[in-house]
Amino acid sequence: MLSTTWRNKEGKQRRSKVPVVLVCALGLVVVSTLLSLAFGSRAVTWEELMSGLSLSGADSYAASVVQERIPRTVFSLCCGAALGISGALMQAVTRNPLADPSILGVNTGAALFVVFGMAFLGINSQSQYIWLALVGATLTALFVYGIGSLGRAGATPLKLVLAGAATSAALSSIVSAIILPRTNVMDQFRFWQVGSVGSGSWQSIMIFLPFLVVGIVIAIMAASSLNALALGDEVASGQGVRIGVLRLIAAFAGVILCGAATALAGPIGFIGLLSTHLVRLLLGPDLRLIIPFSAMTGAIILTVSDVSGRLLGSPGELEVGVVTAFVGAPILIMLAVRMKVRSL
Amino acid sequence: MNTKDRLHVEGLEAAYENKTILKDIQLKVPDGRINVIIGANACGKSTLLKAMSRLLKPVGGVTTLDGKAIHTIPPKKLARTLGLLPQSPIVPEGITVADLVGRGRFPHQSFMRSRTKEDDHAVAEAMEMMNIADLAERNIDELSGGQRQRVWIAMALTQETDILFLDEPTTFLDITYQVEILDMLTDLNRKQGTTILMVLHDINLSARYADYMFALKQGELVTQGTPQDVITSEQIKNIFDLDCEVIEDPVSKSPLIIPKGRHHIR
Repeated sequence: MLSTTWRNKEGKQRRSKVPVVLVCALGLVVVSTLLSLAFGSRAVTWEELMSGLSLSGADSYAASVVQERIPRTVFSLCCGAALGISGALMQAVTRNPLADPSILGVNTGAALFVVFGMAFLGINSQSQYIWLALVGATLTALFVYGIGSLGRAGATPLKLVLAGAATSAALSSIVSAIILPRTNVMDQFRFWQVGSVGSGSWQSIMIFLPFLVVGIVIAIMAASSLNALALGDEVASGQGVRIGVLRLIAAFAGVILCGAATALAGPIGFIGLLSTHLVRLLLGPDLRLIIPFSAMTGAIILTVSDVSGRLLGSPGELEVGVVTAFVGAPILIMLAVRMKVRSL
Repeated sequence: MNTKDRLHVEGLEAAYENKTILKDIQLKVPDGRINVIIGANACGKSTLLKAMSRLLKPVGGVTTLDGKAIHTIPPKKLARTLGLLPQSPIVPEGITVADLVGRGRFPHQSFMRSRTKEDDHAVAEAMEMMNIADLAERNIDELSGGQRQRVWIAMALTQETDILFLDEPTTFLDITYQVEILDMLTDLNRKQGTTILMVLHDINLSARYADYMFALKQGELVTQGTPQDVITSEQIKNIFDLDCEVIEDPVSKSPLIIPKGRHHIR
């Protein structure tokens, strides 16, 4: 007689958490969407919101305000999801709890290439930004990982974070050097640089969508192999994972998700870090859960941050990149201090 | 030695950055036995286990399983026959015992085919065998070293392989837990016929639990055979450069070495 009681007692409790968290997460996605549609420099009432969403009542001014906010909201949900998954992938690949596109400098690398394109190649459309950003993100990711792996013990969390911070600082100063003497680029760059989803349009969503889909599909398919990788390279190899191939594919997905989001919205920091740690706290270390839930959490955090930025910055608005940095930086410090940072 | 043994090593050579670690290793691992690799520190014991699995690409020679070179077998398929527990696996933060043990099922799962009844059964059975069923929902961080090692072995068991490699499964454990772990591995071998190949540090425990032994010295296989064949004072002098006397273990009747030192020469 095998005792399977371990599943029925406390085991059930843990597993039954998943549906509860799922319902909460979906609920919050809906709430943040509604908030994003309702609030801004001109707040709308519930009735106006509903009439704006229904196809028939599109004639009033308030309704058109709501409709203008739809692409922005969808765009911010997509970006947040992309950054959430990207953070989860980067943490899994590097086995580093502090990995996040912004902390590893990947965002800044993407930014440098976009600025370079603006200043010297006369590039000014989103569909062109995206390719430059992807190249920049990829090169920076490789560079930071290379630098962080130097020396004994390989790519430890601390070394990677230091390499990312140093690289990020260096690249930002190059970005400034390119922009400062060029007023025309400065204007074009200014809003992009702080990170804003305000420019989100149906067009940018369409450009973004293929990257998002590819990234999500890869992330979901890689999740259980990444679970094996979390036990160490040797255990993963012993369980039949081709670790080199897995790292390459998962990192590729992480980089295109963050690169594409950065290209269209500018460098937005900390979303990956915040969402993955929140999910891990609630649901534990299973990447098959962390990946989809980080997507939802990232979408919620970014959208709520965007709404807060609109309210705090009223009558203008505070770019979402500023808001996420304000929330994210203290959390990063908290995580680093807690020093459970050893390794995942 | 039986020619039908499944795992053969032919002329295996391994190196890290031009430094040769293993030289022309030639061996067959007896099926269904507990096989132990002994040797001094840095003689290539762990490297041999790694080079015989997929962890390290040998620079020469080959390991074959049922006549096929292991690196030509699809990795997941190989992982259903040959399991490996490395010396220091990583514990993901906040994972429970049951979840960690369940991760050993990876080679049996595929995309979109998540947990099945067989998976649950294998996990329950492995936890029962390692006597950790009571700890199922505990966090790994809360466990003692001995309990933790039982969890890792249980994870390796859920992989349900015919052959299991273990790299120093008793290192850093108190003597009580060392004996407990080795007893449990013996149960596994006797009940399920699992072929075990492990690296052990303690010569006397090796001699007691091993059916067959391989001794390495500076990357070469110097001797092999039953504990009675391998553990003699001449060979211990050769392998470890240690003067000792060998007596019979009063409990297990296996050879027991009594080391001599500069201060205690009879």
